[in-house]
Amino acid sequence: MSVESPTPTDSLLSLQEATVRFGGRAALDAVGLDVAEHEIVCVLGPSGSGKSTLLRAVAGLQPLDAGRILLDGRDQAGVPAHRRGVGLMFQDHQLFPQRDVGGNVAFGLRMHGTPRAEQTRRVRELLELVGLPGASGRAVAALSGGEQQRVALARALAPSPRLLMLDEPLGQLDRSLRERLVVELRELFGRLGTTVLAVTHDQGEAFALADRVVVMRDGRIAQSGTPLEVWQRPADAFVARFLGFENVVEAAVADGVAVTPWGKVPVPRDAPEGTRPLLVRPAGVWLVPAGEGLRCTVTARTFRGTHVAVRLQPEDAPPLEAACALRDAPEVGDVTGVEFDAAEIAVLG
Amino acid sequence: MSPPGARPRRPGWWRRNVARLGLMAVPAVFFAVFFAYPVAAIVARGLKADGGWQFGRIADVLTQSDIRQVLWFTTWQALVSTALTLVIALPGAYALARFDFPGKQVLRAVITVPFVLPTVVVGTAFMALVGRGGLLDELWGVRLDTTVWAILLAHVFFNYAVVVRTVGGLWAQLDPRQEEAARMLGASRFTAWRTVTLPALAPAVAAAALMVFLFTFTSFGVVQILGGPAFSTLEVEIYRQTADLFDLSTAAVLTMIQFVAVGAILALHAWTVRRRETALRLVDASVTARRPRGAGQWALLAGVVATVVVLLLLPLAVLVQRSFGGAGLTYYRALTEADGGVFLVAPIEAIGNSLSYAVAATAIAVVIGGLAAVALTRRDAGRLVRGFDALLMLPLGVSAVTVGFGFLIALDEPPLDLRASWILVPLAQALVGVPFVVRTMLPVLRAVDVRLREAASVLGASPWRAWREVDLPLVRRALLIAAGFAFAVSLGEFGATVFIARPDNPTLPVAVARLLGRPGDLNYGQAMALSTILMIVCAVALLVLERLRTDRTGEF
Repeated sequence: MSVESPTPTDSLLSLQEATVRFGGRAALDAVGLDVAEHEIVCVLGPSGSGKSTLLRAVAGLQPLDAGRILLDGRDQAGVPAHRRGVGLMFQDHQLFPQRDVGGNVAFGLRMHGTPRAEQTRRVRELLELVGLPGASGRAVAALSGGEQQRVALARALAPSPRLLMLDEPLGQLDRSLRERLVVELRELFGRLGTTVLAVTHDQGEAFALADRVVVMRDGRIAQSGTPLEVWQRPADAFVARFLGFENVVEAAVADGVAVTPWGKVPVPRDAPEGTRPLLVRPAGVWLVPAGEGLRCTVTARTFRGTHVAVRLQPEDAPPLEAACALRDAPEVGDVTGVEFDAAEIAVLG
Repeated sequence: MSPPGARPRRPGWWRRNVARLGLMAVPAVFFAVFFAYPVAAIVARGLKADGGWQFGRIADVLTQSDIRQVLWFTTWQALVSTALTLVIALPGAYALARFDFPGKQVLRAVITVPFVLPTVVVGTAFMALVGRGGLLDELWGVRLDTTVWAILLAHVFFNYAVVVRTVGGLWAQLDPRQEEAARMLGASRFTAWRTVTLPALAPAVAAAALMVFLFTFTSFGVVQILGGPAFSTLEVEIYRQTADLFDLSTAAVLTMIQFVAVGAILALHAWTVRRRETALRLVDASVTARRPRGAGQWALLAGVVATVVVLLLLPLAVLVQRSFGGAGLTYYRALTEADGGVFLVAPIEAIGNSLSYAVAATAIAVVIGGLAAVALTRRDAGRLVRGFDALLMLPLGVSAVTVGFGFLIALDEPPLDLRASWILVPLAQALVGVPFVVRTMLPVLRAVDVRLREAASVLGASPWRAWREVDLPLVRRALLIAAGFAFAVSLGEFGATVFIARPDNPTLPVAVARLLGRPGDLNYGQAMALSTILMIVCAVALLVLERLRTDRTGEF
């Protein structure tokens, strides 16, 4: 998977070789990224991978050391943050403590000289949109985390930015609220036609929200694609491990078979050949009676709601993770055999 | 953020720094013209003779044992005064920051009154309390005026408000939940305070300690009156050499010594503050204060109130009592009559003069100091900017006598012939007010979370607009406190004003000093009466300020 080549004419946002260094370390290392109009792109990566720096650079809060950022085809070098017409929702909201909810939401409108009556109308409209009708007069200190989140979103949306950026938009919320909000957000952005660039470390959030996912590592883009593409074919071992896959090993692939520390495993027919990382999804690890296949001891089992994750230790090979139904799950200490399903195996990079 | 290095400058570097240099330009020019130039002029006049510099004078002066005595006394009394003030005033800062109790605003105003009293009056009030025939002498036969204790107590009296206002102002805005977090991690109440609150307060404590040290190091009026022949500070010695002995060259040397000493202290201060300053989590002061709970907290509050009553109110009460002096309103009535001798006008007119001068001086100090504080806000400031920071503090350490005299001899030629202009007095007073404005506003400005500013900027606010919309509302409180300080020091300024106020337009402190300088009960009584009026003017001004402040806080 290669990063798509920058084509400044048809993308709303285009980063070309964008580089930011802090001291000797590159937080952004020659990053190229395009976001088309109405597209929702989610940048996914562990902390310290440069995601937030990416947003800050686009917002104009962090100057580039090299490269260019284009918005609507126009180079943004020297354009200060307040003239870029992009919205940014901060990780911890950064609501203005001295203003009430309405004052926060109206802030951007006031900065753009919107007439007062229009401001009032728009604030009411936005608060309804984010599910906080009538909250205009409330103090921000009195809001719960989820409410602050919604106010921050309304505030960022109010001036109708051509590009809305979200920094860990749902990071501080509890799980059920997060799952509900992410669906609401996607629906909302679809309805408004908003172009969104979000960053998160949560793959579930990224996959649920995005049209396209960009995985970052050490200031570089490791992979870019639809959620399905990224999930099915992680670009390399790093991406696979970051997505939560543990069964990743080096393998020698030839003629539809890969030689791995777990023995010979079948691979899909179109798999690239040579020495490459190989991923076995937990669902592709079949438990068979002891004596057949690879002999393993069960070292742990974790209940995951829909399935049980079973950790298996082969005699002299890296451990394996298997997913199986609750009634089929072996006990810790059991000895079992393991076979592999070619359909759940991906040869990476 | 990024450490300095040989990297090429980023685009926008000039834009950002040009704005900062622009902000710095006004204060820099102000200081060059109204501070550096006059001081340099008077030092030059003292050290230049026969067409050449007489640097040998420095060694001559330094070898005199009485001068060394003065240097030693100046230093140790300032250290002891500072320590004593911190020990006595920190509980007061805590009580006013964290406790909510009836009469809090009155108490806050009361403790600020001593600070704005002219030093001459403070000295006289303590003399009336602990001197010959003073209250303690009458009651128990105790006299302290021959000991250093009178000076130390007067210094605490004078500087109590500095610590309470500077430290308490920040303390009130520290989020108490930080301490609660430490308690939950197993810290005792004291450990939590020591490890969480104290480090956050350290810059404010350091700033307050520095101010107190500078004031006591350069103490003039108090030592002049209470020190007698035994104790003399550098400032008193400079005044004596200038006004009594007309020995300008010794005065110039002493001014330079004081200048160097103060410069060293300021450098030390800049270094400690920079090491400790961090972005703080500030909350609205009105939510952090609680009713005292438990016997311990009530006892602490009672202790603070008792300290204020004995140490601050008692001398003031004695002052008021002496202004009536058993003669009813005689002294006050005498103030309304122009006697044509020392005063060309009735002494009472000094009130109007003082107020208009102080308002002008406050406006100048807030504008100059505010611009400087904003320019200094960014903590990634370079060496140049830090030097500028220290420079702004210098007027606190340079002899006011030197500045006043310097104004007279330096600002007397076109285009700067200001001798005849009324603006001369506010200019000199603003010079002393600016450091207060900077010191009060800077810690709060620096504590404003930069991301709030960024949030405003992404929403379309220009840097100026973002500052107005985000920083200003958060620092409005600090700005009002700063303005109050500037107003107060302008009202009480004596050392410089005494040289430059015109005879027909005296300020209150100058009028008091003139009255004190003349013999007779009537003059003494009038001085007491005028001091009482000054005290009331200050108290009213401060109460208005307190009122204004709570109204504004209600908005948040």
